[in-house]
Amino acid sequence: MSNQQSRSSVLAWPALILVGVGFIVPVVTILVMSVTEPEPGTQNFEWLATNSTAHDIIWRTIYTAVLATLITAVLAYPYAYLMATSSTLVRSILMVVVLLPFWTSMMVRAFAWIIILQNNGLLNAVLEAVGVAPMTILGTNAAVLIGMCQILMPFMVLPMVSVMLGIDSRLPLAARIMGAPKWKAFLQVYFPLSLPGVFAGSLIVFILSLGFYVTPALLGSPRQQLIPNALFTQVVELLAWGRGGALAVATLVMVGAVFVLLYFISKLLGVKMGRLEDAGL
Amino acid sequence: MNKSRVALWTASIFIGLWLVAPTLIVIPMSFNEQRSLAFPPKGFSLRWFENFFNDPQWFGGLLNSIQIALLTAVLATVLGTLAAYGLSKVRGFKETFGRNLLVLPMIVPAVIFGVGLYGLFLRTGLVGTLPGFLLAHTVLAVPYVVVTVGSTLAAYDVALERAAWVCGANKLRAFVGVTVPMLMPGILSGAFFAFITSFDEVVVSMFISSPYLQTLPVKMFAGMQREVDPTIAAAATLIMITTTGAAIGGILSQHLKRKRT
Repeated sequence: MSNQQSRSSVLAWPALILVGVGFIVPVVTILVMSVTEPEPGTQNFEWLATNSTAHDIIWRTIYTAVLATLITAVLAYPYAYLMATSSTLVRSILMVVVLLPFWTSMMVRAFAWIIILQNNGLLNAVLEAVGVAPMTILGTNAAVLIGMCQILMPFMVLPMVSVMLGIDSRLPLAARIMGAPKWKAFLQVYFPLSLPGVFAGSLIVFILSLGFYVTPALLGSPRQQLIPNALFTQVVELLAWGRGGALAVATLVMVGAVFVLLYFISKLLGVKMGRLEDAGL
Repeated sequence: MNKSRVALWTASIFIGLWLVAPTLIVIPMSFNEQRSLAFPPKGFSLRWFENFFNDPQWFGGLLNSIQIALLTAVLATVLGTLAAYGLSKVRGFKETFGRNLLVLPMIVPAVIFGVGLYGLFLRTGLVGTLPGFLLAHTVLAVPYVVVTVGSTLAAYDVALERAAWVCGANKLRAFVGVTVPMLMPGILSGAFFAFITSFDEVVVSMFISSPYLQTLPVKMFAGMQREVDPTIAAAATLIMITTTGAAIGGILSQHLKRKRT
């Protein structure tokens, strides 16, 4: 059996080699450039640590990612709850509504938001019709968040639903029978049981938020860059490969930090983390 | 229906509208008669679609995208299916390591991968070449195939394959004749998702494209940053129809999988 096992596992090698060479090598290359370009040393990290523009970019990225995670979690929870507690047919329809945009081009969606949010766009046309003063939204952080959260919703909804479907519906019922009011049965029984889904969704949404390039580039302002956009500017426009590498290192450190943080939070609360693959991918 | 249920439905309908409806606005914009993206569009014309198909930059971009996406789908599906099958035969550290390595491209921000690839491609002359695009897009698409085929494999009864061996089929024949047909729904949806991943990809493609080889999303992205050209709306409508069609295909084939198992 073990001989046969090892022989079949050879089939995985081409893909592993492809990802190893085609993915790991370029990623490591840019990370290494942070300490070798333009000359060996730590000057790029000194720039990152002392330059106020770089500070602003990093803090803005974290702030945006936290907000995006909170907004999607608050909006996704009732939606996922409805999905989990409805009939199979309703659940399938709600599922398609979540999945369709998942596979609609990010750029087409950003373009649609431009048409809606621009100064002479749909939103202001509607506002004018009801007698409200027009607003400038395109080019602000609000526009970036509206576009980002729309894209991120499926990543929050799917892990929540998969956890909620696993909750034994007799448990909140038992709490009700024993005299708990409805809200208490939900808050003290159902909600804690659904937390692993909230954590898995938050993890994936936060990580994905750190890497958004298209949406901020099109809906935000060049004066309010996020890390991915700054990375592009540094490397492609300013040819500062080393600084780009330092920004890449900073991003991956944040991704790693979130993993560690969520691991400890889930340990502390005694919930089991869903595997990343279960997070709706 | 009680009060809290009504509130839940109301909230969910608004959320559903926010997810699906805004994107549809590109359709009326693409039939605009005027050279403007202001809302509401005025008149009705097909001039932006005409413009799209007559402009070699736009139409060529579409052809490039379709070609790259089809080839990527084939490559990623073959490699991803083999990988999912191979990984299902090992346990413990090897399996965890393999799976985590193969989903990395989904987690690491595309801009980091793109800029690293750009650095390597500049040195090797792969910028703006078909092999360069295929390498980049296959790397990004393989994880989706591994995940979809992997989930089908998890529900697949290995005894069937053993039965084929017992009946005298060799490993290859059992794999091609029994395992692959059983996994077909997962393989098909993996192929659809690989196609869309490539067809939609813009961040990495932007780094590795050149004026000689550009995909449609890259052309659109460049267009949106520079000018007001309703041809972009026509392109967006075409992309939406293509990817939505492929996505429905993918979701349906996954549905098929569930029915069978």
